[in-house]
Amino acid sequence: MSAVASPPEVHAANRRGGLRVLFRDRPIIPLVGLLGLLVLIIALVKPGVVNPSWAGVIVRAAIPLSILAACQTITFLTGGIDLSVGAVASMTGFLVTTLVGDQGLVLGLVIALALAALAGLINGIGVGVFRVHPLIMTLGMSLVILGFANVWQRITVQTGAGVPGELRWIGSATFAGIIPYSLIVWIPLAVLVMFMLRRTGYGRLLYAIGDNPIASRLSGARSWQVITVLYTISALLAGIAGFLYTGLTNVANVNLVDSYVLPSVAAAVIGGTSIMGGRGGFGGTIVGALILTVLASLLTVLGFPEPVRQILFGSIIVAVAAAYTRVTAES
Amino acid sequence: MTATGVAMARPNPLISMLRKNTWPLGLLGFLGVLLLATKAINPSYGATGVQNLGISVLPLAFAAVGQAIVVISGGIDLSIGSMMALTSCVSAVLMKDQPGEVALAVVAGTLVLGMILGLVNGGLVVFTRVPDIVVTLAMSFVWAGCALLVLQRPGGGAADWLKTLVSGALLNEWIPKAAVVMLVIIAVIWLPTSRTRLGLSIYAIGSNRLAAFRSGVPVGRTRVVAYVLTGLFAALGGLSLTATTGIGTPVPGPYTMMSVAAVVLGGVSLAGGRGGVFGPIIGVMALQIIRTDMTFLKMDSNLATVLQGAILIGVVMIGSLVEIRRARA
Repeated sequence: MSAVASPPEVHAANRRGGLRVLFRDRPIIPLVGLLGLLVLIIALVKPGVVNPSWAGVIVRAAIPLSILAACQTITFLTGGIDLSVGAVASMTGFLVTTLVGDQGLVLGLVIALALAALAGLINGIGVGVFRVHPLIMTLGMSLVILGFANVWQRITVQTGAGVPGELRWIGSATFAGIIPYSLIVWIPLAVLVMFMLRRTGYGRLLYAIGDNPIASRLSGARSWQVITVLYTISALLAGIAGFLYTGLTNVANVNLVDSYVLPSVAAAVIGGTSIMGGRGGFGGTIVGALILTVLASLLTVLGFPEPVRQILFGSIIVAVAAAYTRVTAES
Repeated sequence: MTATGVAMARPNPLISMLRKNTWPLGLLGFLGVLLLATKAINPSYGATGVQNLGISVLPLAFAAVGQAIVVISGGIDLSIGSMMALTSCVSAVLMKDQPGEVALAVVAGTLVLGMILGLVNGGLVVFTRVPDIVVTLAMSFVWAGCALLVLQRPGGGAADWLKTLVSGALLNEWIPKAAVVMLVIIAVIWLPTSRTRLGLSIYAIGSNRLAAFRSGVPVGRTRVVAYVLTGLFAALGGLSLTATTGIGTPVPGPYTMMSVAAVVLGGVSLAGGRGGVFGPIIGVMALQIIRTDMTFLKMDSNLATVLQGAILIGVVMIGSLVEIRRARA
C-alpha cells in the first residue's frame, strides 16, 4: 500500500496499532533498521571489516541482485512471478561475450537485449493472453532459453573471445576503490522503476490488477496489454543485470545467473512486496537485496562452512517473512 | 439432490469415469503415440528400453506425486528437490556396508524423516501464514544445507536388495519392476487416503478454503497433512535416487521445477482442488520419452530441453484456452 493512498476510513480502522500501520505503510523503516543491525553485528564480531571499501564491495554485489529483484517486484505486484530472469540474464551476458568479436560491443548488446525482450514478450503473451500460470510460463521459457543458449554455445565454442573489457569495467571496477561504476547503470534504472511504479498510470494499473483483477477489468484496464508489457520490461531488466553479472564475475556461462533467481525472489519478499499482488514497491526491494548481501557477508565473516550458511540463510528468510506477515497482517 | 437426479447425472459409471479423467486419458493416448513414434524411429527399442524408462523416471515420478498432493491442497512445495537430496544422502550414508536387515530399518527411518521434513514445512506455512511459495523456497536452502552437512560429496551406498528392487522386470520383460513398485506404493499410500475424509478434505481446502472451513474441515491441520504426505513422497523419491544410482548426492537435482512442470502437464490445476496423481506420472514419462527420442534421432540434447519447455508451455496454453472457452460457454 506504500504507493497507493489508502482511503481515510481504512486508516481509521487500523489506528489501534500505530506501529503496525507504520510498518505496513513504510516497510522501509524497519528494514533499514534490520540492515543497520546486521552491519553492527559484523562490526562487533570482526572489528575493522566494516569500512568504506567493504561497503563498496557490498553495494557492487547488491546492484545486479536488486535489478533481478526488481523483475520479481514488478511481477509480484500483479500476482505473478518471473523465474526466467536467471536464464535471460545468463543468456544476454553469454551472447554479448560471444558476439563482441564479430559484431562489436554495441550491436552485441542490442542483439542480446532484443532477444531478451522477445523472450519477455512471449512470457507476457502467455501469461496475459493465454492465462498460463506465470510460474509455469516463465519456467518453461527458462528451459527454452537454456536449451537455445546451449546450442549456441556449441556452435560458437571455438570463437569465444572472453568477456569484453567494457563489461568488466562497468560490472566490477570502482572509483577510488570504493564507489562501483555499476551505479552508472543502476541509478537511472532504479529511478525509472520507482517513477514507473509511483507516478505513472501504468504503475497504478500494476497495483490495481494485482489487488483486484476483476475490479480493474471492470474499470476498463486491459490487463493483457499491461501484463504483456510488464514481462517484456522484466526481461529487459534481467538482460541488463546479466551484463553486470558477466562483468562482475568475468565469466560468460549459460548458467551463470541461475543461482541468483531464488535470492532475487527472497529480496523482493523481504523488501515487503506481497507475492499475492497489489502491495509493495522497489524501495523495500533495494534494502532487501542489501540485507541479503550483508547477511551473506556476515555468515562468511563468522566463518561458518557453506552448509551452515545455507541453513541459516533459509531460516532467516522464513523468520523475516514471518515477522513481516505477523506485523502487517490485516485482521 | 434426489436419488433419481444422481441416476440421471450418472447414466453409466464407465462414461462418468471417462469424463472425469479426460485429461489423464488424453495424456495416456499422447504417451502411446510417443511410444509408437519411438518404435518407428528406433525399431530395436523394446523391453530393455521400457525397463530403462521405468528406472529413469522413478525419482521424478515420486516427486511429481508429492508435488501433486500439495498442489491439490492449494499449496506448492519448492523444497522437494532439496528434501530428496537430504533423504537420499541420509539413507546412503546409513546404508553403506550394512546388512540387508539394517537397510530395511534405514528405509523405514528415511520415510519417517521425510514426513518430519514435510511436517516442518507445513507447520511453518500454517503457523507463520507466509505464502507457501516463500516458505518452501527458503526451506529449500535449509534442507540442501542439511544434505551438505550429511555428505560433502557424492558417496555412501545402497543395499543390494534395494537396488534389485527397482531394476529389471517382473513376470514379463515388458513390466519394469520400478513401475510395479511405484503402483504398489501409490495403491498403499494415496489411493486409500484419497478415498477417506482426509483425501476429500485435501481436495476441499484446495478448491475453496473458506467454504471448506465453514463446512467444518480443519483447514490448518489438513494443510499440514498434505505437506507431510509430500515429504513422504519426497523421501520415496530420495530413496529411489539412492537405489537407482547406488549413492547419495548432496546437490539437489532439477526435481523441484520438473515436478511442478509434470504436475501441470498432468492436469493438476495450480489453483488447487483439481487433478490426481496419475496424470503427473504419465506427464513425467512423456517428458522422458521425448528426451530419449531426441537421442535416437541424434539431435542435440539441448534441443530436447527447448522442446520440453515448449511442450510444457504449449500444453498448458491449450488447457487454459479450453478452460477460457468453457467459462464463456
